[in-house]
Amino acid sequence: MANTTDKPKTGGAVQTTGHAWDGDIQEFNNPLPTWWIWAFYLTVAFAVIYWILYPAWPMGKGFTTGVSEVTFESGGKEVTTHWNTRARLAHEMQASDEAQRQREYLERVASADFNTIFGDADMMAFAQSTAKGIFGDNCAPCHGSGGAGVTALFPNLADDDWLWGGSVDDIQTTIQHGRRGYMPPFKQTFNEQQLADVTDYVLGLSGHQVDPEAAKRGQAIFQGETGGCYYCHLTDGTGRKSQGAANLTDAIWTMIDVPGAADMDAKRRLVSGVISNGVTRIMPPWDGRLSPEQIKLLSVYVHELGGGQ
Amino acid sequence: MKHESLEINSGLLILFTLIAISIGGLAEIIPLYYIDDTVEKVDGVRPYTPLELRGRDIYQREGCYTCHSQMIRPFRDEHLRYGHYSLAAESKYDHPFQWGSKRTGPDLARVGEKYSDAWHVAHLEAPRSVVPESIMPGYPWLLENELDYTSIEKRMRALRMTGVPYALTEEENQANVDKYGPEVAAKLDITRADDSLIEQAIARNYDGDPSRLTEMDALVAYLQMLGTLVDFSKYEQGHFAEFR
Repeated sequence: MANTTDKPKTGGAVQTTGHAWDGDIQEFNNPLPTWWIWAFYLTVAFAVIYWILYPAWPMGKGFTTGVSEVTFESGGKEVTTHWNTRARLAHEMQASDEAQRQREYLERVASADFNTIFGDADMMAFAQSTAKGIFGDNCAPCHGSGGAGVTALFPNLADDDWLWGGSVDDIQTTIQHGRRGYMPPFKQTFNEQQLADVTDYVLGLSGHQVDPEAAKRGQAIFQGETGGCYYCHLTDGTGRKSQGAANLTDAIWTMIDVPGAADMDAKRRLVSGVISNGVTRIMPPWDGRLSPEQIKLLSVYVHELGGGQ
Repeated sequence: MKHESLEINSGLLILFTLIAISIGGLAEIIPLYYIDDTVEKVDGVRPYTPLELRGRDIYQREGCYTCHSQMIRPFRDEHLRYGHYSLAAESKYDHPFQWGSKRTGPDLARVGEKYSDAWHVAHLEAPRSVVPESIMPGYPWLLENELDYTSIEKRMRALRMTGVPYALTEEENQANVDKYGPEVAAKLDITRADDSLIEQAIARNYDGDPSRLTEMDALVAYLQMLGTLVDFSKYEQGHFAEFR
């Protein structure tokens, strides 16, 4: 290496700047490739064009706004402003091709009643594709992407058992306003014997083999003022829809996995647990978060998940 | 002036280096003096209540921000999925803010009141128990840990120094009453922080267990208020473009 510095490089392929330090330390001058230089000039030109078109330089209290403009409608008035992403969004939501095509359908959905929507293949296809995305973000976290729900927390939307009613109008009301399901805890009200009796009566309602004597005593509590269960679950146990009370006569359980329990004792423990502790379940309202048309489409989608009535 | 004179004169080199660097620095610093013009004037934004503030601390402790941003950008797809884009005003009391553009999980800027408390509890404890597709880790200790709020007053005092209007004097409290109403002002009073924290936790019982005050209570209280302060139905579409 030392040898190479002995001979100062002059001429040849690599130019020097002509600077020399300590007699023999030189500075090479390797020019940048031509294509790189031109690419650099292009970026400079791009920047200048950008400054002219778009907001760029801060100036005192303001900034250069650029000559590019966006027009959108706000409060019934047409507003034209310098280019910015917020105005651009308003414009896109109102006037982009996608928004206009979607609005065409949304207006049809808004003016149609549910029967018309169900009878119109075109609108149904729109409902299915649009509401799938809405359901995925808003509903699926609780009810699952297929609507199967989670036992004890979130009801199954794909079966034909409905706590709050399964007509498409009921479903729409549920989505709009949300639901607050409440069953009081009975552990202070019932003694152990009463709890066991009501448990047997409740299990008997759905056809389980129970102790008939206990069930009879349970029936008196259920149908009487001691328990008052019939207020919400009705005398026949089919459940008052306006209260979101469960139908106790079918084999579908939303709070506990009765069919999956190992034996009658396990089933009894599950049922008496619910009676003791009560139920509080809340579904938030979607009015405001979603538009009325979106809620309508979503109602159709949920109705069509499998169990709509 | 020749380039060589810069290279061989260190005093001159230092001077010109400082000039070059300060241009970049000024471009970043000067706009901060005009920041008031870019924070939208909007109703409803208030500082966090003591319980929410503890929740926010837990949010940061657990590193939620490494996967979740709190910044909805003004794009059509984000608007359709998450709702109205985030305003600067909505994070003006955030120290530090939780913006970001890298999302492994969804944006949380408007997750408040979107799902029920019970969902948040189940989901934070074991995400796949409610969302089988989820890749989020579980945070079961939030339900086990009692909420430590002994330092809440100090935390609020520190934020007060940065300009968050938590009240320490009667005068400041009165200013909050005028601005936010007595109910909210009571929650922003540093001297009553312990009481209002407990009161809020009991009133809603976020974690579903009324017998205990856990870290879950605080975190869910925080999550359930995110993005809920501004009522966007009061503003015309495109209204906030005037702040740009």
